[in-house]
Amino acid sequence: MSWINLSALWKILVFGLLAGAGLPALFAAGLYSLSLGPKRAKLAGADGGADSDVLIGGSVIGMVLAAIAFLIILAAIGWGIYEIYQIGHPAPAKK
Amino acid sequence: MSNDTILVLVVITALAFDFTNGFHDTGNAMATSIATGALPPRVAVAISGLLNFVGAFLSLAVAATIASGLVNTAQVTLTVVAAGLAGGIIWNLITWLFGIPSSSSHALIGGVIGSTIAASGGSAVLWHGLVSKVVIPAVLSPVIAALIAAVGTWSLYRISRSLTQGARTHGFRIGQIGSACMVSLAHGTNDAQKTMGVITLALIANGTLAKGSQAPIWVIVCCALAISIGTYLGGWRVIRTLGKGLVEIESPQGMAAESASAAVILLSSSFGYSLSTTHVATGSIIGTGLGKKGAEVRWNVAGRMATAWVFTLPSAGLVGAASYGIAHGIGGTAGVIVILVLLAALSGLIFWRSRGSKVDHNNVNAEWTGTVAPDEPATETAAV
Repeated sequence: MSWINLSALWKILVFGLLAGAGLPALFAAGLYSLSLGPKRAKLAGADGGADSDVLIGGSVIGMVLAAIAFLIILAAIGWGIYEIYQIGHPAPAKK
Repeated sequence: MSNDTILVLVVITALAFDFTNGFHDTGNAMATSIATGALPPRVAVAISGLLNFVGAFLSLAVAATIASGLVNTAQVTLTVVAAGLAGGIIWNLITWLFGIPSSSSHALIGGVIGSTIAASGGSAVLWHGLVSKVVIPAVLSPVIAALIAAVGTWSLYRISRSLTQGARTHGFRIGQIGSACMVSLAHGTNDAQKTMGVITLALIANGTLAKGSQAPIWVIVCCALAISIGTYLGGWRVIRTLGKGLVEIESPQGMAAESASAAVILLSSSFGYSLSTTHVATGSIIGTGLGKKGAEVRWNVAGRMATAWVFTLPSAGLVGAASYGIAHGIGGTAGVIVILVLLAALSGLIFWRSRGSKVDHNNVNAEWTGTVAPDEPATETAAV
């Protein structure tokens, strides 16, 4: 009977960092690839560029990469929810 | 059958607690989205309410902790549960009046433990369970959440640094909708469970359920409904403190904070830790202030919250113990009815007091001037 469950603690920390900081970072990377391309708005601070809120830069590769990033995020969330459902509803007796 | 009357009263009171839990905690999920303008206030609370409902069905681990891990169920009577609930509700409403995002879970647990001690002494409390499953997570969770949110915030700004200000705000507002939804879902998996646990505790105390039983399905459905209705009504006072009072938040910070909260709460729920979603959300918001250069955390607001956190368990415990004293002094069904009438009267009084400085969806985002209620009367204020 320990006071702190260290194995739970490190899992919460590691998976927390992966899901809680990693997935939003992947989202940011998706936004970045989406912004690549000829229509890419000027860098912040340049004349007038700061006001543009256009997200899509027009590069096909950029869009594909962004789509992959967003899909990975959705898949990770779906898998996470499934896991939590599994853990939270222990099957009686078997398994 | 007087016992059945008490049982019905206790279940109703528990659902009332669940309701206050919902509206006290809407801010945990939605404060940052509302503050950055990612979601209109009323849409935000509606989505949050719906997802709390879904989340309540997602995991039952926390309900089990509450029902059997904190007090010796053999010594819990219905009067004890009723008095404990009274303690939790009163503390929830008082902190809401002052716009302090204190922990609903601690209010509930404190209340139940206070009334248990009053009824059968300290030996009826499973102190090890209390410390290892409630107190230690309460101390650690905000720190972990703050760390994750700080790392997230830093990397979001770093990765998106070549985007224009407008594109960045726009993009992360979209992301925030997703992350805020996850927090609402997580809230359901943790907080809705607590009331389920308490009702299960009452059913066990009454002999309706065997010791060690899981929450029956009608309990799950009722609790899910109560918390989602509470969430939908929106605790605007707390939303305002969290979204505007603590840190001035931009959309990347909002997304980082929400993602950190959702991850920590969901992971902890699946381990059966009944941690406070409020502590996690507050830790995340502070972390997001630490992770961005030049952002300012209003430590005086944070300090006020932390003080309230420390007092939550003992204060709710005292109210719980006092309620038990009154109920026991009068005795029987009458005793329980008297404390519940007192509870209703006091709740009405607190609600009436709150009308004097109204915070609602119109003025929730008004400029922070150091008080929960904005100085000027409610006007539409543009966020960011």
